[in-house]
Amino acid sequence: MPDTQVRQTVEVGYGGNERLMMNMGPQHPSSHGVFRMILTLEGETVVGVDAVIGYLHRCHEKLGETLTYVQYPSIASKTDYVAAMTSELAYVSAVEKVAKIDVPRRAQYLRVVAAELQRIASHCLWLGTWCLDMGGALGGGATVFLYCIRERELVLDRLEELTGARLLYGFHQVGGTRYDIPAGWDVKVRETVDFIERRIDEYEAMLGANAFFLARTQGVGVISRELAQAVGVSGPLIRGSGVNYDVRRAEPYSSYGDFDFVVPVETAGDCYARYRVRMVEFRQSIRIVRQALEGLPEGPISSRPGVKSVGQVRVPKGEGYARVEGARGEVGCYLVSDGGPKPYRMKWRGASFSNLAVLPHIVPGHKVADVVAIMGSVDPVFGEVDR
Amino acid sequence: MTLPPVAQHALEAFVVLNAVILMVTYVTLLERKFAARMQSRIGPYYVGRPHGWLQPIADALKLMIKEDIVPAAADRGVYNLAPVVFLVPCMLIFATIPFAPALGVADLGIGVLFFLAVSSLEIVGLFMGGWGSNNKYALLSAMRAVNQIISYDLPFVFAALVPVVLAGSLQMSVIVAAQQGLWFAFYPVIGQLAFLAYLVATLAAENRVPFDILEAESELVAGFRVEYSGMKFALIQLGEYAHMLGTSFLGALLFLGGWLGPGPAWLGPLWFLGKALLVFLVVTWVRWSFVRIRVDQILAISWKLLLPATLVLLLATGLVVATRGAGGV
Repeated sequence: MPDTQVRQTVEVGYGGNERLMMNMGPQHPSSHGVFRMILTLEGETVVGVDAVIGYLHRCHEKLGETLTYVQYPSIASKTDYVAAMTSELAYVSAVEKVAKIDVPRRAQYLRVVAAELQRIASHCLWLGTWCLDMGGALGGGATVFLYCIRERELVLDRLEELTGARLLYGFHQVGGTRYDIPAGWDVKVRETVDFIERRIDEYEAMLGANAFFLARTQGVGVISRELAQAVGVSGPLIRGSGVNYDVRRAEPYSSYGDFDFVVPVETAGDCYARYRVRMVEFRQSIRIVRQALEGLPEGPISSRPGVKSVGQVRVPKGEGYARVEGARGEVGCYLVSDGGPKPYRMKWRGASFSNLAVLPHIVPGHKVADVVAIMGSVDPVFGEVDR
Repeated sequence: MTLPPVAQHALEAFVVLNAVILMVTYVTLLERKFAARMQSRIGPYYVGRPHGWLQPIADALKLMIKEDIVPAAADRGVYNLAPVVFLVPCMLIFATIPFAPALGVADLGIGVLFFLAVSSLEIVGLFMGGWGSNNKYALLSAMRAVNQIISYDLPFVFAALVPVVLAGSLQMSVIVAAQQGLWFAFYPVIGQLAFLAYLVATLAAENRVPFDILEAESELVAGFRVEYSGMKFALIQLGEYAHMLGTSFLGALLFLGGWLGPGPAWLGPLWFLGKALLVFLVVTWVRWSFVRIRVDQILAISWKLLLPATLVLLLATGLVVATRGAGGV
């Protein structure tokens, strides 16, 4: 869709004589970080939106050229800091692809466990902040938010036991993982996911049949199948618009082919469809975690020796693109190597960035209150948008 | 010793005013504790251990010593006056509430009418605040406020009139006396429905979630009071909670039999307070369980559902009373 068309305002049959320009962000309670929307209002209705990004730009791709293959994975986690495991995984997968390094099966399974636990934690935060957007810090939204944070905390505890860190892990390294699981960890993880599965039932009981929640989400922010494909959204957004696309299924990596799971697809394309998709993903992630822990093979956790120097990994000349299914969609990393210890060029494909591009197409015509509901259902993380 | 009537009324008003302010202060603590339990938290704890008994005082003190900021572009007069204009009607509603037989500032013959009329005046202060701040968020909030309060005052009034028709009087003490046998909240069908409608309209009239679109901090930051700080903010908060408490008291008076209850007569005010807090907690319970709905949906609920329903209810009440023969007492 051409850019000029996006900037056009929609016609809402407004009887007044003055349009109101309103800045939502960069500092705003529901901007999910630092994001600025310049809204054009006719009364309560948004007729045009201009999205301004870049407030959190940290030159990540340039940084990637100055740090070695050993150093960068722990920085990669800072792109999408809510789902750090998957962005690390995308980077090391790209390096492994270019250098043709094999990953032991045990390490592949551990990566899957970490990635799926991360997806659960990320979706917990999504549900909480989304309800906070719709329900307010002084209302039922805050209640859901605190419930979700409570469950996310359990997952973070498990990840802390695994890696020593709670948010940015440095778990992956080229050729495998940095840490093996501590004794008794798998039992704890099983207990945690069992517990969270029961709690997800509670969330669905609280939200699924709630007339106010349905009124706020159904039919709001509809992304048609064509629009989703034209803009290039991915993850829960495109699955909520009726496209059965999941990188884990379309192009299995890290032995995802071994596991039995369902890719949820909803056809409505509205906020509620995206909610449904993510709620099923919660359960499917739990299923995958259980299967991976069940079938965890013995063996080494890395095909390469432990890290002794920062220039240890050298990648032959070449280039490659690796993609993984992050919590927000397809996270890709494109790498060009000139044979040295650092990449010659590195490029991120952030899921949030591509998903956010759909906002100007779907927001106009909605009320101000819907803007935050749509934003929350897109679930952007601005570390990943601006990088 | 007998005081001249003017002095006596002044004294009564002084006592009631301070009692209301004290109650409002501690109602905030009650709400915070209640919300905390709902959210599996503890809530205020450290200021005044155990359980934060001094937290409301600390909050009030903090707000008092905060810097008072007036935006450069604000309409100074309107901006400064708004908190007072907002607070006065919210406090005035307590003038007509009797806390027990003959315990109150004034048990007017038109008590309910006075209450309803004064309580809807708060919108003036609210709109002044939103307009005077010269802020787009505040202005949007003020426009929403006018929409919402006009829409919900009518169902609120109609629901409150059902007990009035049943009792045949606008005087609060008479309405309570008429509930001697049966509280109006339990009056078959019409009373029960009216109580429900009253609770819904109360939520909207007090701008609580799911109807808190004026405040809507995730959209409008803090709505009409986004530019207020320090003492002015405290006055607006005080007014809001006073209004909420006032409508809770009115609900207890109209539907839950006021000070009626088992035990000796001196327990009456305590019964009354307990019932008012019950109404308050029901409203709070709803507030902390639902997400906010949109402005157009709120208006649709009022004009398409609540208003016709309460109107029919009021007519039905009239029919019941007419067929019952004697109106009320």
